[in-house]
Amino acid sequence: MAEKSATQRVDLNELKSGGFIKQNQKDLFTVRLKVPGGRITPEKMLKIAEVAKKYSRMGYCHLSFRQSVEIVGVHIDDFDAVIKELATVGQKVASCGPRVRVPTACGGCEYNPNGIMDTQSKALEVDEKFFGIPCPHKFKMGFSGCPIDCTRTREMDLGFQGVVYPVWSKDLCNGCTLCAKACQEGAIISDKEGRPVFDESKCVYCGDCIRACPTDAWKDKKKGWLVRTGGKHGRHPREADEVLNFLPDNKVNDFVDATVKWYKEHGKPKERIGSCIDRIGLEKFKKDVVGAFIKN
Amino acid sequence: MAEEEKISPDDKIDLRGVLCPINFVKTKLKLEMMDSGQILEVILDDGEPIRSVPRSIKEEGHKIIKVENVENMYRLLIKKS
Repeated sequence: MAEKSATQRVDLNELKSGGFIKQNQKDLFTVRLKVPGGRITPEKMLKIAEVAKKYSRMGYCHLSFRQSVEIVGVHIDDFDAVIKELATVGQKVASCGPRVRVPTACGGCEYNPNGIMDTQSKALEVDEKFFGIPCPHKFKMGFSGCPIDCTRTREMDLGFQGVVYPVWSKDLCNGCTLCAKACQEGAIISDKEGRPVFDESKCVYCGDCIRACPTDAWKDKKKGWLVRTGGKHGRHPREADEVLNFLPDNKVNDFVDATVKWYKEHGKPKERIGSCIDRIGLEKFKKDVVGAFIKN
Repeated sequence: MAEEEKISPDDKIDLRGVLCPINFVKTKLKLEMMDSGQILEVILDDGEPIRSVPRSIKEEGHKIIKVENVENMYRLLIKKS
């Protein structure tokens, strides 16, 4: 009977969409907080700590697998106060359920020497535009700045990974062979004079050759995003398909928009986009969504 | 190239057997004690050291003017920025 009184006070499904997750303990919920790209200011951290200390009846937070801070053990009667207090520093509550989730991202190209693309800015931008849109099932996005792919874009419903296309100019090369040493893919082999022979089929577009070159003979011709769709983890993992390479930075929002629209149109309830692609065919997805971006 | 062959280093550091990133840190500290334009000779192991150290030196703004492969090691000449 006591259980019933809690459900009458609030709509449980409504709560779930707002990032309040029911726990084993009666009337206690985990409050999932929005941390797009996993970057958070000390001011927000302090406020979260203060709120957690005051309202967590279990006395701890949990860091979710998708970079959110979760306050565990919040009583249903404290929801309003928790939301209000967190709002004083602009800290919002995240979501769960069948919708576009908070995007994840790697640390960022401002301070990571491997970084090619600005994942943090893009994650914030995409979160701003697409967060919470209802979908057939959950829809997770992630941004990795380089092919090391710390964000694991192969597990994302829609993943973006930074890439750079290297070009070599003969005139600047002094035949030092450092590029061939730097390349971990065997895409660059030095000839007798120490000059690089480039095999693009092996290149993962990481830019190690560019960073290693002491004379700037290797330069970046273009940068962009490698796009992967249909990845997921869980009970039945599926590795995402590579659907496009070198998507320009300013086309990311359009690509997300087109993919979400396609998913909403073709996905069955409780079906992830990867399963939907398996059912309908990758070619169909490429034709409907990717085709429009290839000319760019 | 012929001109660079004649360059004699102002200082030397042998980093064979020194792991990443300690080898880079030692190079950096050595360079800090030198004057702008001076040349440092660095001996590095093949593998991870030759893959990582030159790149970090470049990121610090110094100029690698020569790379020489001698058996399983590399001899670098670095001009301090």
